[in-house]
Amino acid sequence: MRRKKIKISNIFAYIFLSIATIVSIFPFYWMIASATNSSRDVIAGRLLPGTYFLTNIQTMLDQTNFMRAFWNSTRLAVIATVLTIFVSSLAGYGFEVYKSRKKDIVFSILLISMMIPATTLIVPLFLLIVNVSDVLPNAIPFGLNTMAAVMLPGMASVFLIFFFRQSTKMFSMEILEAARIDGTSELGLFFKMFIPIMKNTYAAAGIIAFMGSWNAFMWPTIILRIGDMHTLPIVLNLSTQGYWVDFGLVMLMSFLSVIPIGIVFFVLQKHFVAGMIGTIKG
Amino acid sequence: MGKAFSFNRLKSGLVGWGFILIPVILVGVFIFYPMFRAFQLSLQTGIGRRNLVYIDPWYGNYARLIQDSTFWTALQNNFFYLIIQVPIMIVLAMTFAVLLNKKDLRFRGFFRTCIFLPAITSLMAYSTVFRYMFDTTNGILNNIMLDLGLISTPIGWLTDPSLARITIIIAITWRWTGYNMIFYLSSLQNVDEGIYEAARIDGANSVQSFFKITVPMLKPIILFTSVMSTIGTLQLFDEVMQIPSTPGGPGNATTTLAQYIFNISFLWQPDFGYAASISFVMLAIILALSAIQFWVTRDRDRLKKSQGRH
Repeated sequence: MRRKKIKISNIFAYIFLSIATIVSIFPFYWMIASATNSSRDVIAGRLLPGTYFLTNIQTMLDQTNFMRAFWNSTRLAVIATVLTIFVSSLAGYGFEVYKSRKKDIVFSILLISMMIPATTLIVPLFLLIVNVSDVLPNAIPFGLNTMAAVMLPGMASVFLIFFFRQSTKMFSMEILEAARIDGTSELGLFFKMFIPIMKNTYAAAGIIAFMGSWNAFMWPTIILRIGDMHTLPIVLNLSTQGYWVDFGLVMLMSFLSVIPIGIVFFVLQKHFVAGMIGTIKG
Repeated sequence: MGKAFSFNRLKSGLVGWGFILIPVILVGVFIFYPMFRAFQLSLQTGIGRRNLVYIDPWYGNYARLIQDSTFWTALQNNFFYLIIQVPIMIVLAMTFAVLLNKKDLRFRGFFRTCIFLPAITSLMAYSTVFRYMFDTTNGILNNIMLDLGLISTPIGWLTDPSLARITIIIAITWRWTGYNMIFYLSSLQNVDEGIYEAARIDGANSVQSFFKITVPMLKPIILFTSVMSTIGTLQLFDEVMQIPSTPGGPGNATTTLAQYIFNISFLWQPDFGYAASISFVMLAIILALSAIQFWVTRDRDRLKKSQGRH
């Protein structure tokens, strides 16, 4: 293949995109460089990586509950992702494969709810959770400071139901019909045919659900009030309170909390972008 | 035959409902019920969750918020962010997408990945980084500008009320432009190159084909991204909690409706009824603005086409 030459007419495009790239990348660079510097160096405006990386890690392990929060966030995000994509794909599949006029009406009503801002639901949801947990026996872990209360309200995502229905439209109904004739049960069709064939769709949906859970701040900070239950965004928020802040430490914690999503992005770039824009082709 | 057929239909009907039952119940319990409850709450008053009583007159909370200067400040801030940030971001996103769609441009993948990268950061993580980048005395931004001699005294990015709002806008634009760009790019990639070729032969220059071909074709995406950004900006919360030196600060300079709702419900003595009335105003604004955006970008041909493919 011949190398493309840089055309003069595109010089403006290169300049513009280069500036945009520098602006986009600089905060990442500064965050990572600062994670390896002492607070004093960061304040002094040091731009180069330093030698304080291990010291900052030691401070983090000794003085913050970052590791606990990392574990909490991971556990929460993994469980929430699995449940969310399972429940939402059930509905997306059901709406499309067993299409009927009545179900389409229900589907339209669900779509309307995408316009409702989550902030409107926060107060009534909080009251629902605490009122229900009041009447539940103590043995059931539900209410303030429980993972279930953080996860449950987001479990059936209307966006993901829509996403799965759109993808199901491209799913070959002949395969289902053939397996049905072979005696596969309706539930079997879903588990043995649909899920394996649609793994790209599941990957994209999983990324959306995982990011949603990993990044969530408002709802978790309302529900999770004890340090042992805190997630990463809550710990990051608390780490900046107070008069004295260890810059290197805070940048290290920000950096570490971005890494998991970064890994997912670079490993599954195609699914990542497809998931973000809510379309799957092929 | 007839009987078996209807039996199968009944069975497949029930199986279908079986698939959607649990998700539909969840959406009902965790979205629709809270929405109606929010409206009911907005007509109630009382401290805490056990003392809620209906207000007389029923619009008591709404009358109160008209007199509430913090509510107006928050609403103004939300609109300030919305009116300035959303257009800037959409124009930038569209420009990047058009440039990155040029087939004769090198390093396209590299530019695209870099510009998209901010979208993978968690809101709290990027807000933390921006908080310290824009710090007045210790921030890297002032440090660099002082070193380069661009300024002689540090700029109070987060201590000056107007600059604090602008810093929030800069931050949100950094986080979301690449995300929106992806929508435009994927839509541009579906455009038939022949149209541009034909326009060129007819004597159209690149500026003309941008406004006469590209923009009309991107209309559904412009609508979609502006509705999504409007909904997002009106609910702005994480950034104003983390970037300013105090949440929503200095004073109330950067506070938003979402933060005010949070403060009333969970930070101060909880007045859930009043918070619910503010959240209902937010819902009404979002619905109204979305309706306006649909109306402004309405286009009958486009509507007919999009009905087929969503």
